[in-house]
Amino acid sequence: MQMQIKNFDDLELAKKVGLTELYPDKPKILVGMATCGLAAGAQRVYDLLHKKAQQAHWDGVVEKTGCIGFCYKEPLVDAVFPGNPRITYETVTPEIAESLWMEMAAGKIPENHVMARLDVDDMILDGGPRKFYKGKLTGFLAKTPRYEELDFIKLQRHIAMRNCGFIDPDNLLHYVARGGYFPLYTALTAMSPEEVINAVTTAGLRGRGGGGFPTGVKWASCRKAKGWPKYVLCNADEGDPGAYMDRSLIEGDPHAILEGMLIGAYAIGSNEGYIYVRAEYPLAVKTLQRAILAAREAGLLGENILGSGFSFDIKLNLGGGAFVCGESTALMASIEGKPGEPRAKYVHTVDKGLRNRPSNLNNVETWANVPVIIGKGADWYREIGTEGSKGTKIFSLVGQVKNVGLVEVPMGVTIKDLVMQVGGGVPESREFKAIQIGGPSGGCIPKEHWDLPIDFDSLWEAGAIMGSGGMIVMDNSTCMVDVAKFFLDFLIDESCGKCIPCRLGLKRMREILEEFSTGKGSLADLDELESLSEAVKDGSLCALGGSAPNPVLTTLRYFRKEYEAHILEHRCPAAVCKALITYSINPETCNGCTACAAECPQDAITGEKKQPHTLDPSLCIKCGACFEVCKFGAVAVA
Amino acid sequence: MITFSINGQEYEGQEGWTILDVARWNGIEIPTLCHHGAVEPYGACRLCAVEVDDGRRSRVVISCMYPIKAGIKVQTHSPRVLNVRRWIVQLLLDESPEAPQIKELARSLGVTPSRFQKTGVDFACHLCGLCVRTCQEVVGVQALTFGNRGLRKEITSPFRTASKDCLGCGSCVYVCPTGAMEQLFSRVAG
Repeated sequence: MQMQIKNFDDLELAKKVGLTELYPDKPKILVGMATCGLAAGAQRVYDLLHKKAQQAHWDGVVEKTGCIGFCYKEPLVDAVFPGNPRITYETVTPEIAESLWMEMAAGKIPENHVMARLDVDDMILDGGPRKFYKGKLTGFLAKTPRYEELDFIKLQRHIAMRNCGFIDPDNLLHYVARGGYFPLYTALTAMSPEEVINAVTTAGLRGRGGGGFPTGVKWASCRKAKGWPKYVLCNADEGDPGAYMDRSLIEGDPHAILEGMLIGAYAIGSNEGYIYVRAEYPLAVKTLQRAILAAREAGLLGENILGSGFSFDIKLNLGGGAFVCGESTALMASIEGKPGEPRAKYVHTVDKGLRNRPSNLNNVETWANVPVIIGKGADWYREIGTEGSKGTKIFSLVGQVKNVGLVEVPMGVTIKDLVMQVGGGVPESREFKAIQIGGPSGGCIPKEHWDLPIDFDSLWEAGAIMGSGGMIVMDNSTCMVDVAKFFLDFLIDESCGKCIPCRLGLKRMREILEEFSTGKGSLADLDELESLSEAVKDGSLCALGGSAPNPVLTTLRYFRKEYEAHILEHRCPAAVCKALITYSINPETCNGCTACAAECPQDAITGEKKQPHTLDPSLCIKCGACFEVCKFGAVAVA
Repeated sequence: MITFSINGQEYEGQEGWTILDVARWNGIEIPTLCHHGAVEPYGACRLCAVEVDDGRRSRVVISCMYPIKAGIKVQTHSPRVLNVRRWIVQLLLDESPEAPQIKELARSLGVTPSRFQKTGVDFACHLCGLCVRTCQEVVGVQALTFGNRGLRKEITSPFRTASKDCLGCGSCVYVCPTGAMEQLFSRVAG
């Protein structure tokens, strides 16, 4: 039976019960079960631990939780033994889990496969940090590195991700235990809608979906707009290649989004909300479904919420499977049941959006920040970040970087710190070359600019955008012409086809790039590419087409020499563009180990054992298998 | 009445009018493809692009949908506008180099075929949607629709079968700016 939360006393009681579940007087094992964990095999680990605990009638709890960010060390298992720091175990396979279990069942904290220890749960919304133990640590616990001191964590500050990796996302009481739904209570009972909007404006919160529009200003215009009903929408149609911040937030802490929307709806004067979530995120969809049901049963969605007289409910809408549906007007068309195609926004969606009614659309991460602003106050929030960009931003750090994962850092952290410290740098023997920020609509920023602080305005000036937060790190094995081709391919595929500049213009841009990467084309084509890029940027109907040339324009701006090498010297400096490279074997260094000949799918390599081999270029398909397999550096690519 | 300027000269229009409405009323030339007075504007061809300075920033918008506002400064032939327009016509011409209407449009804007042009294609449907919109908004049936997306987007009948709703009135053929509907008609009509 779900608890009813109808007033402040109920909320306090729910918190008390939640705390006993969150930090019980018995050992607790947590398994990170967001999509990143599951992909690494967390389900098997969880099943094993759960079964063992049941079979042994273990007096402890085995529970799932969301992603804390260490995607490269998944599956993660945490052990919380009362009176001890929380210990995190990394890359736990079922075999490791079994050995961990043997020790934990015997009441011992395992000492192997330890990543870090957490001394204090800072519980930002609850008013105070909670220390896991008293006194001094001894033995291996004292030697275990502290979580906050890990290079990956040091620069981070988890605000939107405050509950990820701590609570069971399906447990509403866990969320309340960490201070959740108290900000909603504050907003509903102690603040007027205008005061809520003021707080969000003062806090300086800007839209985390890409544009960076001031959230409070948007809310105020929607509140002022004439028309009824008004809609509050959440954009969870995350689609940038390599970006998964929203997915992890939903999977780790769905109630933060619901609470943000509730506060927003109260401020705007709306009773109806939609979450438009990507259908390709099955776990996120299920997590949201369960969270909405739980909130409804508890009375936190529906009529007369917390006795305030305010009513609001949320419907879940599954995405139509197109990237462009993340664009606001296409998203609204899709909710209406029409094809997900954008329309002109000369009349703003806050005035005429979904069903031609005033509609306020914010991204998942934006909504997740709202309860903290109300709970901790605008001034607290303003302290974090830079002059023009307040708060933190979650990035998914992917690509050619050692520590792949989800990071939430204060605005203003430099690209260098993010890549080299948090990300741990690029793999050995390679060099950092550029970072692609903001997905296909963003841009590539080169090493020369890696001291750039990451905030909305600096990135805009550098030709990239904050975007939703995908960060793809590229090292010197990446060809920038090839990168531009990749993003254009993606966008050509995802263009809705409504307007001519985007539908035909991107195709033509792609054709010009293809000429470059095959050694055709001239410098005049470079000018043509630039002028067409400007035409597509200016002429396209929506932001997809309008920003589609960004990867081309920024790579041209920062890596023009690389383009020119392709055009003038018919050479691909990164040795990626197949038409421009040749493989050969250096007879001086080849010792005839035959590894390359065995690997070659074309039988293009011949030679006697222990004699230098030769490569027949007429048979070679330039797959690079010989290059990869040669341990003696005898295969040359040029 | 709303007062604003086009190419440096003051014009007036009524609340709810678009830039294109005022321009046409005053005989200022702005090319269009997907625009037709009988149906709602759609904003697909982008040929009617103009540059608007609203005091805060200057950007390219489409005149068939942009509602006039007091004090805005409109340029119908600025370099940015001409670049957009020239490229659109170039893209159309390369797709349909033999279509007479497209050739005429290209000639009027001084655009010549590029090395990317297809050869011998006179099919010139560029998805302006006038046929679909006329069928729905004027005739009042839904015998035509868009199918697919992106480069494979096409005009078709619902479920790609000959439509029972089609009256055979031929409005779609009449309204088509490039003559492509003539070639499509027999496939979609019931």
